[in-house]
Amino acid sequence: MALMQIAEPDEARAHRPRRRAIGIDLGTTNSLVGTVRDDGIAIVLPDADGRTLVPSIVHYGASGVAAGYDAVAAQTADPQNTIVSVKRLMGRGLSDLADARRFPYRFVDAPGMVRIGTRDGEKSPVEVSADILRALRERAEIALGGPVDAAVVTVPAYFDDAQRQATKDAARLAGLPVLRLLNEPTAAAVAYGLDHGIEGTYAVYDLGGGTFDISILRLTRGVFEVLATNGDSALGGDDFDHRVFCWILEAAKVSPPSPEDTRLLLLRAREAKEMLTGHEAAPIVATLSTGQRIDLSLTAAMFSEITRTLIEKTLAPTRRALRDAGLEPTDLDGVVLVGGATRMREVRRAVAGFFGQAPLTNLNPDEVVALGAAMQANALAGNRGRDDDWLLLDVIPLSLGLETIGGLAEKIVPRNATLPVTRAQDFTTWRDGQTAMAIHVVQGERERVDDCRSLARFELRGIPPMVAGAARIRVTFQVDADGLLSVSAREQETGVEASIAVKPSYGLSDDEIARMLRDSFEHAANDMAARALAEARVEADHVAMATQGALASDGDLLAADERTAIDAALARVRSARDGADAAAVRRAVEDLNRATIEFATRRMDRGVRQALAGRAIDTLA
Amino acid sequence: MAITITESAARHVASQLARRGKGIGLRLGVRTSGCSGLAYKLEFADELKPEDVAFEAHGVTVVVDPKSLPYLEGTELDFAREGLNEGFKFRNPNVKDECGCGESFNI
Repeated sequence: MALMQIAEPDEARAHRPRRRAIGIDLGTTNSLVGTVRDDGIAIVLPDADGRTLVPSIVHYGASGVAAGYDAVAAQTADPQNTIVSVKRLMGRGLSDLADARRFPYRFVDAPGMVRIGTRDGEKSPVEVSADILRALRERAEIALGGPVDAAVVTVPAYFDDAQRQATKDAARLAGLPVLRLLNEPTAAAVAYGLDHGIEGTYAVYDLGGGTFDISILRLTRGVFEVLATNGDSALGGDDFDHRVFCWILEAAKVSPPSPEDTRLLLLRAREAKEMLTGHEAAPIVATLSTGQRIDLSLTAAMFSEITRTLIEKTLAPTRRALRDAGLEPTDLDGVVLVGGATRMREVRRAVAGFFGQAPLTNLNPDEVVALGAAMQANALAGNRGRDDDWLLLDVIPLSLGLETIGGLAEKIVPRNATLPVTRAQDFTTWRDGQTAMAIHVVQGERERVDDCRSLARFELRGIPPMVAGAARIRVTFQVDADGLLSVSAREQETGVEASIAVKPSYGLSDDEIARMLRDSFEHAANDMAARALAEARVEADHVAMATQGALASDGDLLAADERTAIDAALARVRSARDGADAAAVRRAVEDLNRATIEFATRRMDRGVRQALAGRAIDTLA
Repeated sequence: MAITITESAARHVASQLARRGKGIGLRLGVRTSGCSGLAYKLEFADELKPEDVAFEAHGVTVVVDPKSLPYLEGTELDFAREGLNEGFKFRNPNVKDECGCGESFNI
């Protein structure tokens, strides 16, 4: 045998170039895009001015489409053509929108999803979202130096199929290869590395600019399950600003202010709120258009008091979510804070008090969802090494393969291969003139197909007739990130193709998977014997078939006693073949081979004579 | 019966492991491929999986997964020089025949 060198484990992966993978937090108010750097650190990508957020605003202006900061100004100047909070419209028909009048848009009812009349024509929420995603994609491409190979986009845990499909369509429209949609709370948990634990129950408290979401997640063997979600779609950081604004009006005795003064005071209110996350008091100084000068100091204690009811409003949905999940606040193994508004000390205190433990806060709460999405995208794109912990969700629990001659299972995708994965292998025909091939897709670790689980069968037809072994049939197994397996077979010469899609994990419980694995270890020796027998039988059939064919065409070359001997050897092969003794089958085949040596020589001579017959000597160089 | 490794093979494994700077030993196995059915796997081992079987020989740990074990029972891993080439060689008593390229074998 050839001399071998020691290989690196999993060498193929090490040499694969890194793929550009991004995670996108497509928010109601703001969106972000993140990636995992070569050193394994997840970051959020800023624009040229260092801003990480992209306002989820699209302006269809006279001079073209603008998204993000470029569209912010148009919000007041051209409200009908400036779309904000489009996320609330995703996958929604006009009849679903109880609050349609709150939006300043010209809604057009359309089947499936509402559309918005703009200067640029009617836009569906999918198209508007695509414009936001396109801005994020362009930012990522500049930062990563090339086209994005893989993207994960987050959606709220409560999004239904229509909303998820709409989000996926928007990403496709924006030219993003979406590997998966990820629940926002799951992304936050991933960012905190909670997926590295074995199991646990976590709360994700997400207080954003205008919405509040609480999700209860359970991690079991690397798979996050959303146990319950709740929230308030009209409660967020903006409401806190508004409370401070009202306090200013009262404390400074301001008569109803003009719209400009309102905006100014709201800005001061927000600044004061942000300052109070690290200080005991915040100054509020402003000069109004009326000439009135405001000079106040908001103490932390006062801020807590005026916002207490808002905090309390977040705890009610939290209690409901816990009740839906059948849990007590103290049952949780961790609490994750998401959203800029969770920087407020009042929120942190309230959350800590409610759950009886300090929440996880060391990541930027604005970025945590995008960071988790980026980590997931990076893992799905296959950029992580084998040393890393993988989400079990993202590996194949049992090998996938197909049945080959003799009832043996040939594994194509090995167990624990990370998703998505594509593997191909070439097969050939077994019989002369074979024009079809039955493909039987199986799952399991055992050698024999009967011991594996059958997933699907299909046939490749239209293979041109060739001698056995000449056809090249490439069978490709592809498993996408959602665990969907598709198998295709293609004859390379003619291009005839057949394929099928299957759900490989369908109907297999964890226990079944564990049992199938254990069986494969325990039965290793039996399996080897079974493999030996099956291989011997294949060989026996092959030799018997060849002998049969030779006897039919050239039987006249044999004397009667020679013919009897070969027939007897052939009969012994056939009877041994049906027995269970691999060695006996092999011996019978060897006997038959020996019995036919002389016959084979004569056939060869005849073949050569026939080939030469009728040709002039000089053409035989 | 077990899997063994000659002293000269062990010496080479140990020195390659030392040069590599990490790894707990050597992983042997078989995989279905090649033109004749099965092919050997010869890799550095970075971890011992719970189902693995480990052998100790001349100070080197040899790790084999349970699925490969029956195919490798009695195998001796040797280090050989053939002309200008040197490398590892499996002496496997289970092998029935090998394919022409020496990549794969049958049992």
